[in-house]
Amino acid sequence: MIDIRIQSSDFNFEKEIKKFQKNKIDGAVVCFLGSVRDLNSEEELKKLEIEYYPKMAKKVLNETVKKAFDKWKLSQCLIIHRFGKLNVNEPIVLIITQTKHRKDAFRANEYIIDFLKINAPFWKKEHTNKDSYWVEQNKKDLDISI
Amino acid sequence: MKIIFFAKIRELIGKEEENITLPENVVTINDMVSFLKEYNKIYYNVFENYDFFIACDEELVDMDYKISNTKEIAIFPPVTGG
Repeated sequence: MIDIRIQSSDFNFEKEIKKFQKNKIDGAVVCFLGSVRDLNSEEELKKLEIEYYPKMAKKVLNETVKKAFDKWKLSQCLIIHRFGKLNVNEPIVLIITQTKHRKDAFRANEYIIDFLKINAPFWKKEHTNKDSYWVEQNKKDLDISI
Repeated sequence: MKIIFFAKIRELIGKEEENITLPENVVTINDMVSFLKEYNKIYYNVFENYDFFIACDEELVDMDYKISNTKEIAIFPPVTGG
C-alpha cells in the first residue's frame, strides 16, 4: 500500500506508525521524521515557508516510492510532506517504510528521503524578523550512494 | 505556451505564470531559453545568473528536449524539500 499526502496541516507520527503495526507478517518498520530547524546563528528563525509544485510533487513522490517497492519488497509506505508556513520544531516530512527484514526497511527509507531531497519540487524560504531568504540546495544531498 | 514559475525564480520574474507565443524556430528548451533571454531583461538576468531547472508537463527535461507537444513548462530553482 502506498499512501502519499501533501498537506498544510500538522500530523501525528505516533498514530501513523501504529497503523503499520497492524501488519502481522512484515515486522520491520522504519520511520524518518524531518522537522524545522533554526540553523541561522545571527537571526532567529520565525517561520519556515514551504512552496511546492502540486502536480509534479505528487508524481515524483509516487515514482520514487514505486522504485523503492521494486528494489526492497516493501509491503507499505507512507510519505507526508507539509507546505505553508511552519514554526521551529514543527514536523515537515514523515516517511515510514515497512518490510519483512530491517535492512530493507532502512535502505528503502533512506533511498526515498535522499531522492525526495534532490528531485521533488519543494522549496524552503526562511523568514526572520529582519528578512526572508530562500534556502540553497545542500550540495552534499546530491551525493547519493544507494 | 503556458510557462509557470516557482520559488525564487517566480519572485525574480515577478509573476506566477506567463502565456507566450513562441516562434516556430523555437524547437528545444535551449531555443526557448535563448528566445526568452531576448524577450526581456528579467528573463536574461534569471537565465544568466541563477541556477534553474525546467520541467515539461511535470517531467524534468534537458536543454535539448523538444517542446512541440508540451502543454505546460515549469521553471524553478534547485529543490530544497524534505
